[in-house]
Amino acid sequence: MKPTTWNYEPQRPAFSRALMALGNTRKEIVVASADLSSSVGTHAFSQEFPERHYNFGIAEQNMISTCAGIASTGKVVFASSFAIFCTGRVYDQIRQSVCYPKLNVKIVATHAGITVGGDGATHQMIEDLALMRALPNMTVVVPADAPETEKAILAAADYEGPVYIRIGRANVPVCTTGKDCQDFEIGKATVMRDGDDVTLVGTGIMVAKCLEAAEELAKHQVSARVINLSTIKPLDERILIKAARETGCIVTAEEHSVVMGMGAAVALVLVENAHVPMKRVGIPDSFGESGEPDDLMAKYGLTVDNIVDGAHDVIKRRGR
Amino acid sequence: MDETVSKEKAGKLEETAMKVRRHIIQMIYDAGSGHPGGSLSATDIMVALYFDVMNHKPEDPKWPDRDRFVLSKGHAAPALYACLAESGYFPLEELKTFRLIGSRLQGHPDMRKTPGVEASTGSEGQGLSMGLGMALAGKLDRRPYTVYVMLGDGENDCGQIWEAAMASSFFKVDNLIAIIDRNKLQLDGPTNKIMSLEPLADKWKAFGWNVLEANGHNIAELLEAIHKAKQVKGMPSIIIAHTIKGKGVSFMEGAVGFHGKVPSEEQYKKAMQELGASA
Repeated sequence: MKPTTWNYEPQRPAFSRALMALGNTRKEIVVASADLSSSVGTHAFSQEFPERHYNFGIAEQNMISTCAGIASTGKVVFASSFAIFCTGRVYDQIRQSVCYPKLNVKIVATHAGITVGGDGATHQMIEDLALMRALPNMTVVVPADAPETEKAILAAADYEGPVYIRIGRANVPVCTTGKDCQDFEIGKATVMRDGDDVTLVGTGIMVAKCLEAAEELAKHQVSARVINLSTIKPLDERILIKAARETGCIVTAEEHSVVMGMGAAVALVLVENAHVPMKRVGIPDSFGESGEPDDLMAKYGLTVDNIVDGAHDVIKRRGR
Repeated sequence: MDETVSKEKAGKLEETAMKVRRHIIQMIYDAGSGHPGGSLSATDIMVALYFDVMNHKPEDPKWPDRDRFVLSKGHAAPALYACLAESGYFPLEELKTFRLIGSRLQGHPDMRKTPGVEASTGSEGQGLSMGLGMALAGKLDRRPYTVYVMLGDGENDCGQIWEAAMASSFFKVDNLIAIIDRNKLQLDGPTNKIMSLEPLADKWKAFGWNVLEANGHNIAELLEAIHKAKQVKGMPSIIIAHTIKGKGVSFMEGAVGFHGKVPSEEQYKKAMQELGASA
């Protein structure tokens, strides 16, 4: 799990593997797609368990409410599409059909964030965490890599009520192989590296970048704690408050708009419990654009350097 | 079921419908808010379903093989609650709590709060999809139940209705029967002035549905239409039930104003009298 020895793996095949495992062992698992089964990772399930897979075509509103109807009979339904098509486009269906009656519909949103790349702003969902975490009864999970994606999907199947799981399109460093990351639990954050001078809180693909930033900071005698905040809602408040009290400053990093995303959620917890200098690394309040994922990450301020700079900034503000 | 519905049976159901209508007026008058017009137009259809057609057990609301009813036009909740209470899902007394804080009887149906409510509805356009989901699950588990979904006619403006229409015929859910409460009025006015729906039957036919029409206030006719719908295999059925908004209360009939308006004390008394309440 050292940044120098990263292996890269995509998250969607991990989602697909988890679905296959669930399909084999549990009859109540049903999967829904909306004309993107081969892109999101539901295709293998549709081939192996055709009677338990429904393709709704490009009709996500109907997909979400239909999944609610299926779930109302006691089934556990995984509905999957690109994040752009299964959040804002179907917000009311998620709110009224799924969250209000607290049904077992698990929404797996792929191709989240700007790393979608060339498709551009119309396909780069950067405000889904804001939307989903505002919903009562919704649980929001952002796995850091492929292994954690697999665990999150399996955990969601056993978790009572609606779950939103956000994964990306690109290959991401496998960073959750350490001992501390073995027991994945929804609602539980993980300290992936200990440190005293600053805490770097990452979610999704930014967790690996936080670990890289910590290595970089160590070169400057800065000891950074790294937290993988894989559940955005409910927040593991205890681990965040503890980190704020012990390190005295916080940097958050997310591939999401800084408006009401993970960083904002953390800020709200800290302002009420342990007010410390803080910096949110994330996409500024703007739409994305076409480009190579790495170039976009650099242009929109989502690099290791951005996190390192943020750490120096909050340490300076904190003083010592 | 008999091909022709006996006069006696229809007469009994009509009596129940009168009772349900009185509950509706009482609930909305007591609550000081609610939707009388669309509740009264839907009453006979819901009475036909709950008191004759549907296979259900009020003493066991979660019986897996029960027929399901989804009130997609959730604002007709008073009619649903009255039918559920009269069926025995909860005490008639509880109807007095409609729309009050802490009540199990929310302004729009809540499947988590009210025994017998199958779907949480109220945001127009989602109930047909929910019913489709229940129908698909029924097919998957080889359960014998039928899903009934009541749609408002104004609700046919919603795009999601047509997504669900397309999917339902594609998935060949012959265990799904939709009924449109075609009262020809929506909140802002007549449906043909707000957003034209016609030719409505042709639209549903084009989407692959078995389409029937019936007088939504003639219980014998409704029962026959539902019976016919149940015989059709390989496709979903829809019954366009021609109704009158506010049916049963003279001054509410066909009146746009009573979509979501509470009767005054005088109007309340008159309505109850017309609905056969003993003075």
